[in-house]
Amino acid sequence: MRTVQAVAWKEIQIYFSSPTAYIVGLIFLAMTGVFFARDVVQTQGNPFPEASLSGFFQGASIILILMAPALTMRLVAEEQKLGTIELLLTSPVRDWEVVVGKYLASLTFLLVTVAATVYYVILLVVFADPDPGPMWAGYLGLVLYGATALSIGMLTSTLTSNQIVAAVVALGILLVLYFTDYAAGTLTGLPAAIVQEIGIKSHFDDFDRGVIDTKHVVYYVIVTAFFLFLTVRALESRRWR
Amino acid sequence: MIQATGLTHFYGPNPAIEDVNFGVKRGEVLGFLGPNGAGKTTTMRILTGFMPPTRGKVTLDGYDVVEQSLDVRRRVGYLPETVPLYTDMTVTSYLKYMGTLRGMPSRNIKRRVEDVIDVCHLEDYRSSLIAKLSKGFRQRVGIAQAILHEPDVLVLDEPTIGIDPIQVVETRSLIKDLGKQQTVVLSSHILPEVSMICERVLIIHEGHIVAEDTPGNLAERLQGSDQLEVEIGGPPDEVLSELREIEGVSSVRHRSLANREVYTIRLLQGADVRDDISRAVIARGWSLLSMQSVGMTLEDIFLRLTTDEEN
Repeated sequence: MRTVQAVAWKEIQIYFSSPTAYIVGLIFLAMTGVFFARDVVQTQGNPFPEASLSGFFQGASIILILMAPALTMRLVAEEQKLGTIELLLTSPVRDWEVVVGKYLASLTFLLVTVAATVYYVILLVVFADPDPGPMWAGYLGLVLYGATALSIGMLTSTLTSNQIVAAVVALGILLVLYFTDYAAGTLTGLPAAIVQEIGIKSHFDDFDRGVIDTKHVVYYVIVTAFFLFLTVRALESRRWR
Repeated sequence: MIQATGLTHFYGPNPAIEDVNFGVKRGEVLGFLGPNGAGKTTTMRILTGFMPPTRGKVTLDGYDVVEQSLDVRRRVGYLPETVPLYTDMTVTSYLKYMGTLRGMPSRNIKRRVEDVIDVCHLEDYRSSLIAKLSKGFRQRVGIAQAILHEPDVLVLDEPTIGIDPIQVVETRSLIKDLGKQQTVVLSSHILPEVSMICERVLIIHEGHIVAEDTPGNLAERLQGSDQLEVEIGGPPDEVLSELREIEGVSSVRHRSLANREVYTIRLLQGADVRDDISRAVIARGWSLLSMQSVGMTLEDIFLRLTTDEEN
């Protein structure tokens, strides 16, 4: 456990001392701010704007797809490029400890960034009377959704020593999972249902409506665990190649 | 301490090492000597548990490198060939991080980080970013992390490659000091380096161990067939036949270099014929212009050893 902590702490320090992470965080806040404001303030074509975070959550679900690969691409790929992986894997550290430590670091940065959006909530509470249910559910959904996106980024970062490749492949996977809703529309019956269930976005929308369905929570937890498991296996496989 | 039997490792269809056997006693300093691509790094990576051998078995202090990898890794300090450093960390924070990864208790880490900074002469660079350090200092940080957790076995892959001559001397004496307390396995392609630091040398060539001995014996074996280069003023044909008559001479080759007649004389094991040559030359009324021993280069040694093996 101490090694997980050490790995996570080192990565967190790097996040908070590197410009990349700040730029990514700032873009997230700026873009979601636009979505939030648009949804809440704009009255044109929407005579009864709602005091909700729905605009923010919908916007954030897109931005996170771009943000997660940018946060995770460095984590393992850079170690492979620098050769530090050789030292890491010859230290008395289990492969899963490395993966979990690094993953927790990226999750921490995500949580901090998401926590910075609390002022949207404060604004709503001060100037309006929002329904708290959908807000809590939405935040829970957003964190689960982001956690899953990061786990996919972890896997691609482990598969290559090239950070750009890692980011682009993760982005590709996430985009496919994001747009399964559209793909499901062209199908019918069981295939449509399967494609619908695989999608990362289709499980998010209920949270945004204020519904916490165990099914969706389980989906995110299982998919995250699955990708982290694959990451550990990918790291192990380097020993055999 | 270390026992390797039948180590074989394939990268794709080609074996990097094949059927390598060796043992290292506790407290011994063993050197792997070989040209680039001979299989030194592969052997080191297997020893440290970075990758398993395709076939064969290594035990370290009784622990199997593959089966009980964590136990082995706890006992090994490793300096890979490309010194692996996180360039955006400072020297102290890097060493502390490595200490935690090695599972050292926090109190020890603080004390040991100070110790190794002292041993590796990094006092002035404690809070420097590693990215800003010169190659020699990075090498020292690399050694510092390898000895940080006081490992039983130290594995150093080409520890003096790419650093300046003064630092090379310092690094060698540092390793020699470390070898007094720890078991050290190091690799190098520099013969004098290995003979200076190591008690025993394994010469590895194309994935096979071709010789194993103490540096002294090895040098003797190799010097036994020394060569002389002699410049003689006189008719080449007669000189050649005269030289071949001398007892202890195994073969003579003649070259003409811009009015100079140079003869390369290969000697039989242990023979010293310099006296005989000078007497013979003078007796015939020729002039002896120069005579020098030609030491064998590492390349010669490899050539000798590998061709000997094949014969």
